[in-house]
Amino acid sequence: MALAKELFTRLLAGAAVLWAAASLAFIVLQLLPSDPVQVIYGADSTVTPEMRDRIRADFGLDQPLWRQYAGFVGRTVTGDLGTSYQQRRTVVSIITSELGSTITLASLAVLLAFSMAVLATLATAGRDNWLRRVISSLELVSVSTPAFWIGLLLLTFFSFQWPIFPVVGDQGWKSLVLPVATLGIALFGTLSQVMRNEMDQALEQPFALTARTRGLSLWAVRWRHALRHALIPALTIAAETFGALLAGAIITEQVFGRPGLGRITLQAVRNQDIPVVLGVVLFSAFVFVTINIIVDLLYRVVDPRLRARA
Amino acid sequence: MTNLSIEMGGAGRAAGKLRRGRVPLGVLLAGLILTFMVVCALAPGFVAPYDPYAPDLLASLKPPSWAHIFGTDQLGRDIFSRVVHGASYSLYIGLCATALAVAAGIVIGLSAGVAGGVIDLALMRVIDVLLAFPGLLMSMAVVAFLGTGVTNILIAIAIASIPGYARIVRAQVMVVRTSGYVEAARVLGQPPMRTLLRHILPNTVGPLIVLSTLGIGSAILQSAALSYLGLGPKAPTPEWGLMLSEGQGYLRRGWWVGIFPGVFATATIISTTVLGRYIKALTDGRA
Repeated sequence: MALAKELFTRLLAGAAVLWAAASLAFIVLQLLPSDPVQVIYGADSTVTPEMRDRIRADFGLDQPLWRQYAGFVGRTVTGDLGTSYQQRRTVVSIITSELGSTITLASLAVLLAFSMAVLATLATAGRDNWLRRVISSLELVSVSTPAFWIGLLLLTFFSFQWPIFPVVGDQGWKSLVLPVATLGIALFGTLSQVMRNEMDQALEQPFALTARTRGLSLWAVRWRHALRHALIPALTIAAETFGALLAGAIITEQVFGRPGLGRITLQAVRNQDIPVVLGVVLFSAFVFVTINIIVDLLYRVVDPRLRARA
Repeated sequence: MTNLSIEMGGAGRAAGKLRRGRVPLGVLLAGLILTFMVVCALAPGFVAPYDPYAPDLLASLKPPSWAHIFGTDQLGRDIFSRVVHGASYSLYIGLCATALAVAAGIVIGLSAGVAGGVIDLALMRVIDVLLAFPGLLMSMAVVAFLGTGVTNILIAIAIASIPGYARIVRAQVMVVRTSGYVEAARVLGQPPMRTLLRHILPNTVGPLIVLSTLGIGSAILQSAALSYLGLGPKAPTPEWGLMLSEGQGYLRRGWWVGIFPGVFATATIISTTVLGRYIKALTDGRA
């Protein structure tokens, strides 16, 4: 019962965030100095005033403001994000057609970054030795290096100097290796820093000592007891990680000329195709909210203390 | 638990390992790198041996040599000179965007924290929503409205980082507001505006300045990314991100085209991060 109630509260809060995001998007559209008709046909077009009015009516721009707002929020809620100015397709169909490629890239990159972070955490938490200093430095480099430069370095060495992987295009798994590595390396630093920080603290707590006195090996304390603690902050930043993935995907897709959500976002920004830009923003807000709800539920799985409290 | 013979793997690594009066080697190095970058930004002609815009098609894509220590690019321009001139763009955008964002963050966070009630609630909800978006996506969305260019990506990066600063200011105001000296000022009958400016503001800004040092690094990172995506300065400009995106097509014939602008960008960002963390550790130790 408590779970159902909390889930309901979470859903309500999530809906509020989405409503606020849609409202912000609407305000932004209103503040826009340019006329959509001009964006669509260019400044020097020979569109007659009658046609202009027709187009404005098509986009609902002749309606009073409050009706436009109600319509905008209503359509957004039902999953209608409008129509692109540039391509004569709905924003939703543009997003869904490009989504698969980005999901493949992003999920493999998360898997890579997460595995590297868990390994780094297990190997270095609670220690103060040369390995920790090396891995800490690597994390700093990972956090501070522009993702596109990581991609360019990988291209330089593994496509040009030693032609192991293809430069661009789609050649099965081979053309996924470098993009996934780029995005994974860029993500690794943050994850690892946050997780190790938490495991450092967990290892200093009495339960770690107790487990050691029970005869558990150092490795077992880390693997069986402390790792759970390190997973909690990783969950907490899951939504931020999604944001970093989306941002990273924009860059990675550009470096490797891959199709995907990032590519259409960049295209839309360059062409000032505002409905697509806002569509991607709203879509990412939706995913962000969804991830946060799932994370809140997952906390209970990882941390039994929360189950007892509820 | 000093004499326990149970090995915990060297646990108990103290966070405040910093010894007073001794600056770690890494921080020293970061300071040197940043000093060099500032010199490059302020007096590029002093450091750069060539004109960063002068093409020399006969010497295009020459590997690093004594004449051109970083080699030449596709138009035969000296990469070292271009990279040196590039420092001013990154530092300018990084510093100005952070300053703008901090200023706006102070105004918003202070108003929310001091006003309280509905205004606070509304402002914080909006900020929560804005924090939900990745910085790069938000600055790209702003660029979509403003158009491309140096000033516009500067504004875009600033806008994207306002929510984070506003939230920190607001949290700090909450702490300061209930502190003894603010209480005392109120009891002594100081006008609220004076309390705000003389007591709350200075005690809120301190921690923010420290955090903004770290923010400069990520602002530079973002400016390089936006330029690489072609949303920043236009073609002959020697901006690091732009140089890398222009040079990408020539990587097969010259690896050096894709290396050095990235080295400069990464060194600058790492140095600001290292320095920022050091300053933060110092001030944390004092608090």
